[in-house]
Amino acid sequence: MSSTGRSRYDAIVIGAGHNGLVNACYLARAGLQVLVLERNTFVGGAAVSRKLYDGFTYSNCSYVCSLLRTEIIRALELPRFGLQIIPYEGGCTLMRNGEHLAIYDNHDALRREIARHSRHDAEAYERYVRDMLRHCRFIKPLLMREPPDPTSFRPRDIRELLFLARHFHGLGEARMYDTLRFYTMSCADMLEEYFESEIVKAHLAGSSIIGTALGPRSPGSAYVLLHHYMGSIDGAVGAWGFARGGMGAITQALASSLQASGGEIRTGAPVEEVRVQSGRATGVVLESGEEITARVVVSNLDVKRTFLKTVAAAHLPPEFLDRVRKFKIRGSSGKLNIALDGLPQFPAIPQGSPATRGDMHITDTLEMVERAYDDWKEGRWSSAPYVDMLIPTQIDPTMTPDGKHYMSVFVQYCPYQLADGDWTAAKREAFGATVIDAIARHSPDFKELILHAEIRTPREIEAEVGLTEGNIFQGELTFDQLLFNRPLPGYAQYRAPVRGMYMCGSSTHPGGGVMGAPGANAAAAILRDLGRT
Amino acid sequence: MLTESAPHYRQPLLKTPFHERAREWSQLDSFVPWSGYSTVDVFTSVEQEYFAIRNASSLYDLTPMVKYRICGTDALRFLNRLVTRDLSKLGPGKVAYVVWCDDAGQLIDDGTVFCIGAQEYRLCTGERQLDWLRASAIGFAVEIQEITEDIAALAVQGPTSCALLLRAGLTGIERLRPFEHGEFTLTRAGREPMSLMVSRTGFTGDLGYELWLRPADAEPVWDVLLEEGSPRAVRPVGSRALNMARIEAGFLLPNVDFISAAHTLYVGTERSPLELGLGWLVDFGKGHFTGRRALLAEQERGPRRQLVGLDVDGNKPAHNALLYSDRSARREVGSVSSATWSPTCKRNLALAMVEAAYVSVGSTVWAEIYLNRELTWQRRVVRARVVERPFFAPARRRSTPPALY
Repeated sequence: MSSTGRSRYDAIVIGAGHNGLVNACYLARAGLQVLVLERNTFVGGAAVSRKLYDGFTYSNCSYVCSLLRTEIIRALELPRFGLQIIPYEGGCTLMRNGEHLAIYDNHDALRREIARHSRHDAEAYERYVRDMLRHCRFIKPLLMREPPDPTSFRPRDIRELLFLARHFHGLGEARMYDTLRFYTMSCADMLEEYFESEIVKAHLAGSSIIGTALGPRSPGSAYVLLHHYMGSIDGAVGAWGFARGGMGAITQALASSLQASGGEIRTGAPVEEVRVQSGRATGVVLESGEEITARVVVSNLDVKRTFLKTVAAAHLPPEFLDRVRKFKIRGSSGKLNIALDGLPQFPAIPQGSPATRGDMHITDTLEMVERAYDDWKEGRWSSAPYVDMLIPTQIDPTMTPDGKHYMSVFVQYCPYQLADGDWTAAKREAFGATVIDAIARHSPDFKELILHAEIRTPREIEAEVGLTEGNIFQGELTFDQLLFNRPLPGYAQYRAPVRGMYMCGSSTHPGGGVMGAPGANAAAAILRDLGRT
Repeated sequence: MLTESAPHYRQPLLKTPFHERAREWSQLDSFVPWSGYSTVDVFTSVEQEYFAIRNASSLYDLTPMVKYRICGTDALRFLNRLVTRDLSKLGPGKVAYVVWCDDAGQLIDDGTVFCIGAQEYRLCTGERQLDWLRASAIGFAVEIQEITEDIAALAVQGPTSCALLLRAGLTGIERLRPFEHGEFTLTRAGREPMSLMVSRTGFTGDLGYELWLRPADAEPVWDVLLEEGSPRAVRPVGSRALNMARIEAGFLLPNVDFISAAHTLYVGTERSPLELGLGWLVDFGKGHFTGRRALLAEQERGPRRQLVGLDVDGNKPAHNALLYSDRSARREVGSVSSATWSPTCKRNLALAMVEAAYVSVGSTVWAEIYLNRELTWQRRVVRARVVERPFFAPARRRSTPPALY
C-alpha cells in the first residue's frame, strides 16, 4: 500500500489491526493527517484472509464475527467498502457416544432439540438466554465509552461515574446482586444454576474458555462467556456469522474506508521505537532508520509489546512498567487452517440438519473441558482439546474452488511455553496431529480429505500478528483486567504515561475480539485532547 | 397419536391431532405458530368465524395449551403456595382460573387448575413452566409431568354449544355448571363409544365447553360435532376470531396484554396481578404464597398503573395506541395492548394500561390513532372512556341448564 511519503503527520497509528484501522478511520474522518504503519506486508493484524494454499482463502487468525460494533460499521461505511456479515445457520457438539446436541436458529426446533437431552433444560435455556440478554443490556452502553477513573475528580470522570452508578442502580436490587455475582463466578457454577444435562452445559461452556487461560471451573470464566454473547448481527444479540471472503474482509473494508477519507497506510514498515522528547511522543523511527514525526502516536500493539518493546524504559514510570510486566497475557490457544478436498461426513448429524453450518465442538462434558485445561496448566497441549471448528465455505462461496472446503479449527488449550522444553517443528506437528485425530473420531473421511493444514501454536500467532504469547485478546478478560482496570489501573483511558501517546488495542477497554470499540474509544479520547470534538 | 411429521430441524412446529381436519376446513391455508404447534389463524373469514362464536357454536383447537399433571400428597399445598388464589376448597370436578407470580409479586403466567382427585391436579397454561414449577416444588412431595402431547383439546363455544354436545351424544352435559368438569361418554350409532373429559370453561366469555380427549379420538369427535353442527352454522374458528371474542370478554392474552416476568429483559416491564386488574384472584388470607409479601406492599401503596377497558370513539380499533391526558396529546398516560371493533356490542373496545389517576370507570383518556386513507396516513386523537369489564357478559354463560336450540 502506498503513502505520500511525507515525513510529518497529525497522527501515526502503529499496527494495522482492526483496532488500529478503526482508530485511524475516526481520526482521518475528523480531518487529521493519519499514517498507519504495519510491520507485515499486508494489513489486518489478526483479522486477515490469506491464501496459503493454492485457490483457498483462510481466515487465518480470527475466523468469525459478532462483536464488531454496528455503530462502527455504520460510521465508517464498511458495507460500502465491501463488508458483508452472514449469520451461522446452526451449530453442534458431537458426543463421544455418537449422539449430538445441535443448535438451531428456529426457537421451536432448538427447544425440541434440547428437550431430546432434557425437557427441563429446554425450558431453563429460555431463562438462561433471558439472563444473558439482561447482562448484555447492562454492558452494551459501557462498550463505546471511555471507562471513568474512580479516583479522579475531573468533571468528566465524575459524570461518567455517575452514569455508571445510575446505570447499575437502574438494574434494580435483584439484578444488581446477579450482576456482581456473574462477573466473578465460574462458567461451570453459572451453568449449573440453570442446567442438568452435561451436554448442554458442555456446549455452552465453550465460549467461556476461548482465548482464555482459564477453565470452565475458574472464577471469572462466566464473564468470558458473556463477552462472546454481547455482539449481534442485524439486531440478533449473541448471533455469530462469517465475514464474506474471510475475516480479512473487515480490515480490507477498514483500509479502504481509511484511504477514502485521506488516511495513509504503509505496510512492510516495522516500527523500531517511539520517539519521546521531554515526556512527549514526537513520532516514530522505523527499523529502516526512517523517522516520521507526528503530534500523536497511537499503538495498536498489546500493552506489553507497546511499552516493553517500542518505548524506551527511561521514558516510563517504573511502577507503570512493573505493572505492564505483570499484565496477564497468557498464550492458551492454537489454530489449524485446513484445506479440504470435499465436505467431511459427520455421521452423528442427521441428513438435512443444518447443525454443521456453524460452530462444531467435540467436548461433551464440563469435566472434559476442565481436563483439557489441566493439560495447559501442566505445560502440555490438551490431549483431548476443546475445538471451535467451522466450515465457512458451506455458506461463503468465495473462499475455495467449487466442491472444496476450508475448515477453521480453533484449539483450546495450547501453551506458549511447553513443560518439556521449547516448541519445535516436530512438536507443532504432533500438536496438529492430536487435533486432527480428535476430529477424525467424529468424521471417518476427514483425514483423507485434508489437502493442506496450517498448524499454529501461540508461537506462530505471536510471530505473525505480534500478540504477546499469542494471546488473542491482548490480555486476559478477567475482572481484575476489565473496565477501569484495563489494561492497568490509572491507565484505562487510552492515554499512555507519555504525553501525545495513546493505546487503541484490545489490551484496552472493552477488550478483545474483533469489536473495534477500543480503537473507536481511543480515537474519541485523542480528538477530545486535541480539542477536535 | 400425533400426526407423523418430519424431524424438528426440518419442521420445527408440531401438528396437533386435529391438523389434518383443520387443513381440510381451511380455505386460506393460514397457519401460525402457537406454543410450538402449527395452528389456524383464520379458516375462511374472521367475521363468519366470530359470529359462529356469538351466534351458534365454534370449534377451536387448543391442543397447544401446555398441560401439566401434578400429583402427590403435597399437590394441593404445592399449588396453593404457587398460585395467588385459595385452592383449598377446590374439590374434585372443579376448575379454577389462577395466576402465579415470582417472589417480587410479578405475574409469571395465568392458567386453569383442574382438580382431578384428592392428590391429582391438572394445570393448563399458555407457556411452558416446567422450570418454574420444578423450582417451586422443592420441599413438596409432588410429581410434575408435562402431558401436553398426550391430550388433544377442543373448545366448543357459543350459545348453541350445549345443544350441539347433547346432539353429539354427550348425555348429561346440560347439568355441568361453570368451572366444573366431568367424564362423559360420546355414544354414536356406528361408532365406538369414546370417553372424554369436558369442562365448562373457555376463553370467549360465552356459554361454552372445553373437551379434553385422547389424541386418537380427536378426528372422530371433530367429525361428529361438524356432522351435527355444520347445517346449523357451527364451524371451526381460528385465533383471530377468538381474539375478538376474548377482548369482548375482557380476558388477557400473554405476550399481548402482559409479558411474563420470566421473560422480561427491561426493568419495569413486568406486571403484577394487581396492575392487571386481577386483584380478585389474590387471597392474602390463605397463608403464604409466592409473591405475597410484595403484593401486600403493593396493595398498601396502591398500584402505579392498572389495566382498564376502554370504549374508544369512532370505529377504528386503537391498536397499540399511545394514550394521553388530553386532546393536545402532550402527556402520555398509558398505552393500548389489545383492541377490536366489537360486532356484538357495536363498540370500539380496547384493553389498556393506564396511570393510576385514570383507572376509575368514567375517566377519559385520549388515544392516538393512525388512519390509513388509501395509503394516505392521518393522525387522530380520539376520546376513550374507561368502562366496566367485561364488555360483553351474556347471562347464558352462567345458566344451568343452558337453553337448548
